[in-house]
Amino acid sequence: MNISDRETATVPHLANSKTVSWYEASARQRVQLLLDAGSFHEFIGPEQREESPHLQVFDLPTQFDDGIIIGRGRIAGAPVFVAAQEGRFMGGAFGEVHGAKLTGLLRAARDTKSVPVLILFDTGGVRLQEANAGELAIAEIMRALIEARMAGVKIVGLIGGRAGCYGGGGLIAGCCSALAVSEQGRIGVSGPEVIETNRGVEEFNSRDRALVWRTMGGKHRRLLGGAEAFVDETIQSFRSFALHLIGSAPVFGAEVLKAEQTRLEQRLQRFGLCADAVDIWKAEGVADAEAVPVMAAADFNDLANKAREPRYDAR
Amino acid sequence: MTLDDILTSLFPKGHDVANDKGVLLGSALLQSGGSAVVIGVAGRSPLGVDEAIRLSRHVLDAVEQGGEGPILVLVDSDSQRMSKRDELLGLNEYLAHLAKCLIYADMQGRPTVGLLYGHSAAGAFLATALATRVLVALPGADPAVMDLPSMSRVTKLSIDMLKEKAKSTPVFAPGLNNLAQTGAVFTIWDEKTSLAEQLQTLLGSIQGAGDQRDRLGKHRNGRPKAADIAERVHDLALQSK
Repeated sequence: MNISDRETATVPHLANSKTVSWYEASARQRVQLLLDAGSFHEFIGPEQREESPHLQVFDLPTQFDDGIIIGRGRIAGAPVFVAAQEGRFMGGAFGEVHGAKLTGLLRAARDTKSVPVLILFDTGGVRLQEANAGELAIAEIMRALIEARMAGVKIVGLIGGRAGCYGGGGLIAGCCSALAVSEQGRIGVSGPEVIETNRGVEEFNSRDRALVWRTMGGKHRRLLGGAEAFVDETIQSFRSFALHLIGSAPVFGAEVLKAEQTRLEQRLQRFGLCADAVDIWKAEGVADAEAVPVMAAADFNDLANKAREPRYDAR
Repeated sequence: MTLDDILTSLFPKGHDVANDKGVLLGSALLQSGGSAVVIGVAGRSPLGVDEAIRLSRHVLDAVEQGGEGPILVLVDSDSQRMSKRDELLGLNEYLAHLAKCLIYADMQGRPTVGLLYGHSAAGAFLATALATRVLVALPGADPAVMDLPSMSRVTKLSIDMLKEKAKSTPVFAPGLNNLAQTGAVFTIWDEKTSLAEQLQTLLGSIQGAGDQRDRLGKHRNGRPKAADIAERVHDLALQSK
């Protein structure tokens, strides 16, 4: 057994949302610093010891919260539901309990018809040791998420953790009302290692970190239209953009789906023959496309806003 | 059963479903009257951005045209297409969009029925069969969230060891029965009798209730905790202020 936030329990609360890195923080730290101080109330916390019933089959350690923190808090005074994955436990992967906690939260949000949901993704996808349960959990989450959006709920994904947002996590992210992503926040379905294992190193060299960042990283997703906001590394930035995106996210329905269909069809027409992200950025009209990976967040956002205004009505 | 056999048995009154390099698009007459929209993935093809966008277009067009006929999703696919190009272009958005279109159509009164008649895996499975209201399968279907050799690599356990463990728990092992036990597959059809009649019975039994798969998984002892955990979180969240 291990408790992910043992270190946060012993570190005095000198940590500040302006200086703490989202990437370095634990899921629990992210939640605490993202929300109004002292406002977070957890549902089925670690003290309840609702662990995975399946990991023991593999002689693997369990975690008392199964790697996800679920609860309610306030952001700028307004109520919000929150789910935060801990990428340091089993790569943030979806298992039976982990997934069911998020499903339950989204079903509750649906029934409130109003309280927004923030999902702090940090996941490699399905937890292989309970693959069938994890896969189905993701399907249930997607269903509950769309039902909540149909009921008028805004659901914003925040992505910037170690595990990125891969596999079924990438599909759930694609169902959200809006996404904010940092440089490290990779979004994809097949991760670099998965592509390399299945298709060979010629198709994708997973050890080429620059290739990984520019193909799946936050800047590319923002320039492509796969994320609405690119944020720097601080928890404060994620908080500001979470508030902004809750405010600007669309009401879900036929118009949004038709706009998304058109948006995605146009992307294939415009960029379908591009061999690399740099080619896409050039085609987007980015002047110094080669320099994008090293650009500071503020400079990048100026550039991105010129190349492609974020859309809030087509996801 | 071959795809042609399945289509003939499902739609004895006729259909215009075409298979274009593994992408199935079309419509069909139902035995009970009315018509169905059909999409699918055939021939164990991977589902990439180019395929997904055509499937979602067909679903959206059907919703736009109105009507109350069901949408059938026939699946014998590989996993998502694993390539640099698909990831570069944002495959997660294309697959999510397809799932959203199917879920939306269902919520608009167009019941979605998945028919798993072959393989499926991972992201392709989530975006098609698992995004339907009710998923049925034919005997011999062989879904695998992850195949045992890949699982062996990740878990560092031998394939023999995994097979041994699979006997005691359906939760990770590939295969139709294991997946059905978790609640993903509602029922397995009998291929020796008319699929049209089985479809008609199924459509008649679809109710307005929400997602019941976690309850089914509990009932079948495939997922002991999911339904209760989701319900507890749901209730706590609604009670919280």
